[in-house]
Amino acid sequence: MGYKIIRKKVLSPTVKEFEIVAPLVARRAQPGQFVVLRVDADGERIPLTIADYDRQRGTVVIIVQELGAGTKKLGRLEQGEELADFAGPMGNPTHLHNLGKVVVIGGGVGIAAIWPIVRGMKQAGNHVTTIIGAKTESLLILVDELAGYSDELVVATDDGSRGVQGFVTTALQAIIDRGQAIDQVLAVGPAIMMKTVADLTRKYNIKTIVSLNPIMVDGTGMCGACRVSVGGATRFACADGPEFDAHQVDFDLLLSRLAMYRQRERDDVEKFEHEGGCKVHE
Amino acid sequence: MSDRRKKNSMPEQSPAERRRNFAEVALGYDAETARCEAARCLQCKTSPCRQGCPVEVDIPGFILHIRNGDFAAANEDLLRYNALPAVCGRVCPQEDQCEKLCVLGKNGEPVAIGRLERFAADYARENLPPAPVANVVRPDAPRVAIVGSGPAGVTAAGELAKMGYRVTVFEALHMPGGVLMYGIPEFRLPKAIVQHEIGALRAMGVEIVSNAIVGKSITVDELMNEEGYQAVFIGTGAGLPYFMGIPGENANGVFSANEFLTRSNLMQAWRADSPTPIFVGRRSAVVGGGNVAMDAARTAVRLGAEEVFLVYRRSRQEMPARHEEIDHALEEGVIFRTLTNPTAVRVDDRGWVSGLECVEMELGEPDESGRRRPVVKPGSEHFLPVDSVIMAIGQGPNPLVQSTTPNLRVNRWNNIWTDENGMTSRPGVFAGGDVVTGAATVILAMGAGKRAAQAIDRYLREQK
Ligand SMILES: Cc1cc2nc3c(=O)[nH]c(=O)nc-3n(C[C@H](O)[C@H](O)[C@H](O)COP(=O)(O)OP(=O)(O)OC[C@H]3O[C@@H](n4cnc5c(N)ncnc54)[C@H](O)[C@@H]3O)c2cc1C
Ligand SMILES: Cc1cc2nc3c(=O)[nH]c(=O)nc-3n(C[C@H](O)[C@H](O)[C@H](O)COP(=O)(O)OP(=O)(O)OC[C@H]3O[C@@H](n4cnc5c(N)ncnc54)[C@H](O)[C@@H]3O)c2cc1C
Ligand code: SF4
Ligand code: SF4
Ligand code: FES
Repeated sequence: MGYKIIRKKVLSPTVKEFEIVAPLVARRAQPGQFVVLRVDADGERIPLTIADYDRQRGTVVIIVQELGAGTKKLGRLEQGEELADFAGPMGNPTHLHNLGKVVVIGGGVGIAAIWPIVRGMKQAGNHVTTIIGAKTESLLILVDELAGYSDELVVATDDGSRGVQGFVTTALQAIIDRGQAIDQVLAVGPAIMMKTVADLTRKYNIKTIVSLNPIMVDGTGMCGACRVSVGGATRFACADGPEFDAHQVDFDLLLSRLAMYRQRERDDVEKFEHEGGCKVHE
Repeated sequence: MSDRRKKNSMPEQSPAERRRNFAEVALGYDAETARCEAARCLQCKTSPCRQGCPVEVDIPGFILHIRNGDFAAANEDLLRYNALPAVCGRVCPQEDQCEKLCVLGKNGEPVAIGRLERFAADYARENLPPAPVANVVRPDAPRVAIVGSGPAGVTAAGELAKMGYRVTVFEALHMPGGVLMYGIPEFRLPKAIVQHEIGALRAMGVEIVSNAIVGKSITVDELMNEEGYQAVFIGTGAGLPYFMGIPGENANGVFSANEFLTRSNLMQAWRADSPTPIFVGRRSAVVGGGNVAMDAARTAVRLGAEEVFLVYRRSRQEMPARHEEIDHALEEGVIFRTLTNPTAVRVDDRGWVSGLECVEMELGEPDESGRRRPVVKPGSEHFLPVDSVIMAIGQGPNPLVQSTTPNLRVNRWNNIWTDENGMTSRPGVFAGGDVVTGAATVILAMGAGKRAAQAIDRYLREQK
């Protein structure tokens, strides 16, 4: 069976791009959707955004940041090797129509997620301002590609090694301050980044969409691991999202749930493991 | 064999031993015991037991073969009615089905039909050369797509392949088997048995495509209009977990039983070397009283929780779980808090569960289901400190096919409507199992798959 890697590109020491043969995913993939893959027969189910796809070739591109054991194992694979499982497309696609002036924000590997969205927004006739942010220049990805489809591209790095020094919100604030009308903001990145974007645009009453990335298991609506609270109601991000109205999202809950296994690991692993009460693996 | 009015007992791992492992609890009859038990059957002419079995297994027939020591014939007999006897012998709620109507039950214990069924199937799998499976699929036969590889889908696929149709099963997860793989734990249904059955299906010429989410990867309409399938069977099950809607339910440490069991079973988190994390803590509360709740509670015990509470709002008599599972849970030390209902999850300042706020219940007047409705006992508020909570209060139908198939009629709970032949409101599209009935049983799902296969055959013949 296997899903073959036909191209691998190292974008930074910890960020890798793969093009994978998966005709059943490529056939209906759309911007904003994601896949769930397993590296080998023992592996975890890892959700990753669809960064690009080619229906003719039947391939899908993913861009992965190595974080824990699962993503590290994935990052070590080479062209020609195969993944055990690759399922999708999951989640609902981004609504791509002409909204007027949009700002699309990507942070970290969120930059990979906005790549097909920026393209789609441009093709739908929007004026697109793209903001991308990373800790430092070497972690920036897809800069030229995004520049090609954006009316304006703003780069922000925490250390100022490229573009504006500061966060994506620093750049967004500057755009707001210069009086540019914004019909919609769409932000994808770490939960904390999406939270700060939401806090900023709430002040100015700018409609904002975020793509949530809670811990998932199946990705098809069957387990509830990905529960998020939106407008006070519990939703399953994999099936009802992943995009939601940023101003309705309970980000503190999302941040807390994302730390579920991490926090336990730090605080309790010794206590529980000695008593056989808990099992958490890195 | 002492008391002929009682079933021959089946050896089991002792509770102390099995609390710490995931190996199968019930060990099965040996040949000698099976023949003794078979000898208890009176071979009733009217065989009332058969009426209790949703697929009308020829019970006295297969039991007579066991009594005569012809175990191969017993297994062949079973397979004529039931494609998964090793599974059903283990998980059917026999006390409500076949064994309920056994005449011996009037004056003692019924014949242990389930245990005998399990014995015959296990014996054949372990000792006999695999029956030569004829791949009778005709290369020019119509193609049928099966959506979902649970008991309903697998049965429909097998029946259709036997009739010569070209069958493809599409499964959303990475492993076929449905609840048999992701829900029911290893200690109750070893996964090797399920995969053996799936292997048999492949040998018959059925193609199984995993990682294929119908509605997302491909729609029912595309299967029929672009991929050349002339009929579709939907057996997507009831996998959508319900939550109570009480405060604090999204705290860390609150899981649906589906998540907890999927992590443990499908993702193998029960193995110490698995990369999949699972958390249970020292004290765990499972909310519910069905098979799912028992499986979650007994899994929590095995993952090392010191105290596992089963919180159920009615009394033990009303619990829908199989009696054997209730007994096994009690033996393994699960603490039953019946007539108790959670009203809120208490959350600590780090976002983790610290316990359940509960009230006691009393049984009032019978409700629509005929069971007495639980009502809150005034002034009975109390607190149950726990580190994890597992919600096992029921599941709704998986929604993806319904929401992506135009003109597919559903009821108000989103179960798919079918006519008496299992055909949906869309011609050529059939459905069966939990997605139609709501969460039910393995054997009912299999029965639905079998009937739908027959209806699909009739439908495809008429189309010609
Ligand atoms: C819809 C969706 C789209 C995603 N798209 C991308 C993408 O395009 N590229 C990419 O690099 N990553 C993406 N992620 C995040 C990615 O899935 C996680 O980083 C990955 O599952 C971690 O797996 P691991 O085995 O390496 O680490 P683990 O060992 O499982 O975890 C490492 C750490 O990451 C935390 N973690 C676990 N799951 C997530 C998660 N879903 N999000 C954030 N942290 C998590 C854990 O708590 C732990 O502290 C996406 C997540 C979702 C839900
Ligand atoms: C924990 C637990 C314990 C149980 N214990 C017992 C027991 O002891 N005895 C008993 O008789 N019954 C028991 N049941 C109930 C029994 O398992 C179910 O009634 C039975 O499995 C239903 O079969 P099904 O084929 O309809 O669906 P399922 O077994 O649910 O299978 C449905 C399959 O369809 C797949 N699917 C869903 N959506 C899609 C899609 N869009 N595209 C592709 N595939 C899809 C799912 O991934 C799944 O594999 C238990 C259930 C659970 C959850
Ligand atoms: S299939 Fe189930 S109900 Fe039927 S005879 Fe076997 S155990 Fe009994
Ligand atoms: S009713 Fe009981 S005794 Fe009679 S045939 Fe059935 S199993 Fe045997
Ligand atoms: S990941 Fe399981 S329901 Fe969303």
